[in-house]
Amino acid sequence: MDEPLLKVRGLSKNFGAVQALTDVNLDVPAGEVTSLSGDNGAGKSVLIKCISGIYEPDQGHISWEGRPVRIRNAHDSASLGIETVYQDLALADNLDIVQNMFLGRERLRHGMLDEDDMERAAAETLAGLRVTTVRSIRQPVGSLSGGQRQSVAVAKAVMWNSKLVILDEPTAALGVSQTAMVLDLVRRLRDQGLAVLMISHNLNDVFAVANRIAVLYLGKMVAEDNVTAFDRQSVVEYMTTGGLGVKAKAPNSQAGGVEHGAD
Amino acid sequence: MAPTDPGSGLAPSSSGVEHPDEAPVDLTAAPGAGAALVPPEIVAQTMREYVHGQFLRIRGGESGMLPVILGLVIMVIVFQSISPHHIFLSAGNIVNLFQQSAVFMVLAMAETFALLLGEIDLSIGYVGPVGAVIAVQLVQPTTTNWPWWAAITVALLACALIGAVQGTLISRLRIPSFIVSLAGLLIFNGVLLIVLAFGPFSGYPTLTGPQPNLRALYNLMWGHISPAEGWITLAVIVGVLGLSLSLRDTRRRRSGLVAPPVGLTVAKIVLMAVVGIAVVAVCNVNRAAVGTLEGVPWAIFIVLGVLGAWTFLLQRMRFGRYMYAIGGNPEAARRAGIKVTAIRTWAFVLCSFTAGIAGLLYASYLGGMSNNVNGGQLVLYAVAAAVIGGTSLFGGKGKAVHGVLGGLVIGGIYNGMYLLGLAVQWEFIVTGGVLLGAVTIDAVSRRAGGAGSV
Repeated sequence: MDEPLLKVRGLSKNFGAVQALTDVNLDVPAGEVTSLSGDNGAGKSVLIKCISGIYEPDQGHISWEGRPVRIRNAHDSASLGIETVYQDLALADNLDIVQNMFLGRERLRHGMLDEDDMERAAAETLAGLRVTTVRSIRQPVGSLSGGQRQSVAVAKAVMWNSKLVILDEPTAALGVSQTAMVLDLVRRLRDQGLAVLMISHNLNDVFAVANRIAVLYLGKMVAEDNVTAFDRQSVVEYMTTGGLGVKAKAPNSQAGGVEHGAD
Repeated sequence: MAPTDPGSGLAPSSSGVEHPDEAPVDLTAAPGAGAALVPPEIVAQTMREYVHGQFLRIRGGESGMLPVILGLVIMVIVFQSISPHHIFLSAGNIVNLFQQSAVFMVLAMAETFALLLGEIDLSIGYVGPVGAVIAVQLVQPTTTNWPWWAAITVALLACALIGAVQGTLISRLRIPSFIVSLAGLLIFNGVLLIVLAFGPFSGYPTLTGPQPNLRALYNLMWGHISPAEGWITLAVIVGVLGLSLSLRDTRRRRSGLVAPPVGLTVAKIVLMAVVGIAVVAVCNVNRAAVGTLEGVPWAIFIVLGVLGAWTFLLQRMRFGRYMYAIGGNPEAARRAGIKVTAIRTWAFVLCSFTAGIAGLLYASYLGGMSNNVNGGQLVLYAVAAAVIGGTSLFGGKGKAVHGVLGGLVIGGIYNGMYLLGLAVQWEFIVTGGVLLGAVTIDAVSRRAGGAGSV
């Protein structure tokens, strides 16, 4: 296997006496969807916040395109090409789709907002993701449905030549058809060659789009492998017990993941 | 992936899973997409579609400026029919109405900066007069005798400084703006009284006198341009705005973007011209009982200047975009890398600065300053004017022009009640009722789900 886009090795993070992450390894290759699963409190959010620069890890290192990097803040991660879509989406309801997609990175012409240029670029990005609009991308985001808002947030994340898009529970609040819409979008990101790291504990979603699955249990990475090495039962086991039952039944699938034999 | 996915809950969407290219995400086709909330001018291709879209929007609770325009029409009809000798729409009274409203209009535009952030600034009712009294004191020929421009500059800078201090307390120390500015209302009432007492004027420095510096301040409200200059200025304003509107449409069409229907743009320009012609024509009528008094008052141009500047700042500049973003979702703004604290502080600076301009107009209207300033009432009228005009108290929604229209309503009530000879208590009650009505519309449209467009 080629050098993955993002490689996390031996990452640990504690908050006072609480050990949130212990010696975590993770590979996120380009052109694939990596699903990060785990029960509540397993450390999924802490891990993505370490990758996106919200937290600085206590130990361990991260390498990006084969080079070691330090990600100290959100600006560092953005300049590497890492964009994160959090569960709350961070959209301003009173602004329209274009304004939201360019928020904080507006294009100017003669010191004024270049609305036409931004509108064209936003339309191109949306069209590239096959997020089409019958009416207008000038409607306020507050008038969109949950899945549409998620799509806008994702489109906003991929606008900036990003290479890795981290999605935090993208389907948690959505109904069936909206979920399918967002999962389609995730596949399109992958098909465009982006790396996707998706937090989800909905196994339907995980098996519908993921190429790789990584499972955290109490701050430790207990399984990481291609999706074919898992079935629903084993993922549930890893999430709930850290893989005690699976180890007995299928030691190979777990060993292959944790030891990163492919490196 | 399929073998590991027995009895998937995603079955209904499996066709989309297999052929992602056939299932484009449509941002507008889904139910609940709130088509009624989409501003019609951005989607309508024809005037008919525009009118229909506007109708849907209003029915959906997104009424925009319609209530204030309806309110203005009703106010004019009522006061015209019941005012003695139908004097309300006489040329003299209309000009008088503009002049009375000018202070409310500018003060409402000031308040808009706080309201857009979801904050409030109660102090401007006295911050404005403090700026005014500084200017009035500085131009007094018997004491400091500063040139008028220097006095105005210092007065406005003092207001901006006050805004910077209050804004810093609010945005950096996270003290609620309500409390900071309520304290400011008291503090600057005191400061006003102190500055008033300077000099040999027994607390009543006036602007009456032949000295050019006094005249300059006095003329902010009472000066006017000649009728011919009025027509020329109107032609220039309508020409420039009309040209820029149609140029923008042409540019958008040429680059393949959706532009508003031609009919709408033409209608806008015609409406602008008609309103302008009406205003200039009315102002050019001789309104003096004896002698000649005609022409458009400077105050109207000062209001238009503030309106133009702040509209440009809010709609065309990055700063304005960030104001709306912070008002809509401060957390999203922060994550987008916007310096939220700095923008908030600047908003209060601009609020107090604009209040200073309103204060200068106020001093000019009164022909001087005295301790007879009711700042508490002024600021409530300013908030009322902004909200009546369509600015939301909840942040993220509002424009400078809302303050101008709302200010006209407040000024109209003030003027009409005076013409009717009603005592001041009725003015309070009616204005309060109108404010309550406007806030109700705001709250109801918000609950109806309309986050609203800027």
